[in-house]
Amino acid sequence: MSEPIVLLTFFVLSVFVGTEVISKVSSTLHTPLMSGANAIHGIILLGAILVTGLANTTGELIVGLVAVFLASLNMVGGFVVTDRMLHMFRRRDR
Amino acid sequence: MIPVWVQLVFLAAAICFILALKGLSSPRHARAGNALGALGAVVAVVIVFFYAPIHHLAAILVVLVIGSAVGFVGARRVQMTQMPQLVALFNGVGGGAAALVALLELGDMIGSGPPRFTLVATGFTILVGAVSFSGSMITFAKLQELMTSRPVIFPGLPFVFGLSLAAGLVLWAFTVATPAVWVGVVLALVGLLLGVLLVLPVGGADVPIVISLLNAFTGLTVAAGGYVLGNTLLLVAGTLVGASGSFLTKLMAAAMGRSVVNILFGALKGGSTLGAGEASDRPVRSAGPQDVAILLGYANKVIVVPGYGLAVAQAQHTLRELVDVLGARGIAVDYAIHPVAGRMPGHMNVLLAEAQVPYEQLKEMDDINGEFKQTDVVLVVGANDVVNPAAKTTPGAPIYGMPILAADEAQQVVFLKRSMRPGFAGIENELLFDPKTTLLFGDAKDSLGKLLSAVKAL
Repeated sequence: MSEPIVLLTFFVLSVFVGTEVISKVSSTLHTPLMSGANAIHGIILLGAILVTGLANTTGELIVGLVAVFLASLNMVGGFVVTDRMLHMFRRRDR
Repeated sequence: MIPVWVQLVFLAAAICFILALKGLSSPRHARAGNALGALGAVVAVVIVFFYAPIHHLAAILVVLVIGSAVGFVGARRVQMTQMPQLVALFNGVGGGAAALVALLELGDMIGSGPPRFTLVATGFTILVGAVSFSGSMITFAKLQELMTSRPVIFPGLPFVFGLSLAAGLVLWAFTVATPAVWVGVVLALVGLLLGVLLVLPVGGADVPIVISLLNAFTGLTVAAGGYVLGNTLLLVAGTLVGASGSFLTKLMAAAMGRSVVNILFGALKGGSTLGAGEASDRPVRSAGPQDVAILLGYANKVIVVPGYGLAVAQAQHTLRELVDVLGARGIAVDYAIHPVAGRMPGHMNVLLAEAQVPYEQLKEMDDINGEFKQTDVVLVVGANDVVNPAAKTTPGAPIYGMPILAADEAQQVVFLKRSMRPGFAGIENELLFDPKTTLLFGDAKDSLGKLLSAVKAL
């Protein structure tokens, strides 16, 4: 799967999917879109865990743990705050 | 090599992310979508521990829990007015994490003669991730008022910026040609400097576009990180975010009627958004709450134009009560939302949603601009530049070309203002001096409270 051309294909197709999906997002929800997208890029946590798990020196371990900290803060915080905002957009019972 | 079953889980997670974004097309399904996205992310992270060789497991888990707890508490406690800061912060730490991951991966791959294109992606992740991190931190500091929100410029800034940019590109090339950890570290440092220099000259009013742009940067950084690690989930997720950030950046630039380059570097060319305006002493017509209450209470159609000043005064709830009372009198009331009302895209919608304004009442500029002609009273609360006709009539004004709400076409305009000080753009608003305009001076919350009781007493 690490064939460059395969990954490039993934990238190009994702650009189209992303553009398509996002152009349909209601402008009322642009702030949750941004914080939700923020949460999604928190998935770098996965990469942070992988490289930290392979750390050989103390220096590498510390850098890796900093990355894990930053990424987990990003991911968890992003999803929680998006949920909080979207909760406010529920239909009001009249 | 990643096992097939793990690849399938990653694919499922990627679908969850796409559905999370798709859910945002309507407020009704948005929350479920977001929950699905979170589920995908959690499952993908948990899976990693089961297929990959992970040493230092205890340390990683402890840090993971601490990071999650900090993120959770921050997300629960933040006020809705502070949302732009929080988004900037999350954005920055994401970019920073990606840069660190790439730096570590660079160290790992050096011995094994990595393919050139992987090194290109690694350099990109380090450089842009660092830019995103420091740029977001400066944005955070500006929004949190830890530093001035005015553009910070010093002589020679364009030169220093150009030099740093050139240094960044050269070091990126070095990362590819002669990969070494120290090259990566210097590249990251230059990236940090670039991020600072990029955001310093941007004024407070232009922050929405910077947040969007940095969001796109972090997305692309994570996508490149996915390439480096050969991880399709990171690649897809990062690309989705990059697309979202780019889209919002384009939208914000259009809403300001300026190009992205002009917004980022405008201040360097002699300042377009310095916001240094003086209070004017030209005569205006001001009135008391009773007079304004009569205007509103006997109208058929009212449009409210909320601006960031409303949120600063924490007056959203009082405004919503006033609108409810007017609605109960049979008056049609809508909110006209300018795309740049607030400090980030869609910010005003969130602030009003928090005050339990039904989202059906929130109308976008393009949808409502045709209705101002049939509107009896426009109530402008804490907004200024977004209804300034100079955007249409005065070539050379800093906001010239910015699409505005056509409040000047209504029968009557009421401004709730604290003082005669101009808005962020620092230019006078001719609409304030128009014969059909009435001003009600005072703190927005205070004025709305008085209006509310005056309308109730009608």
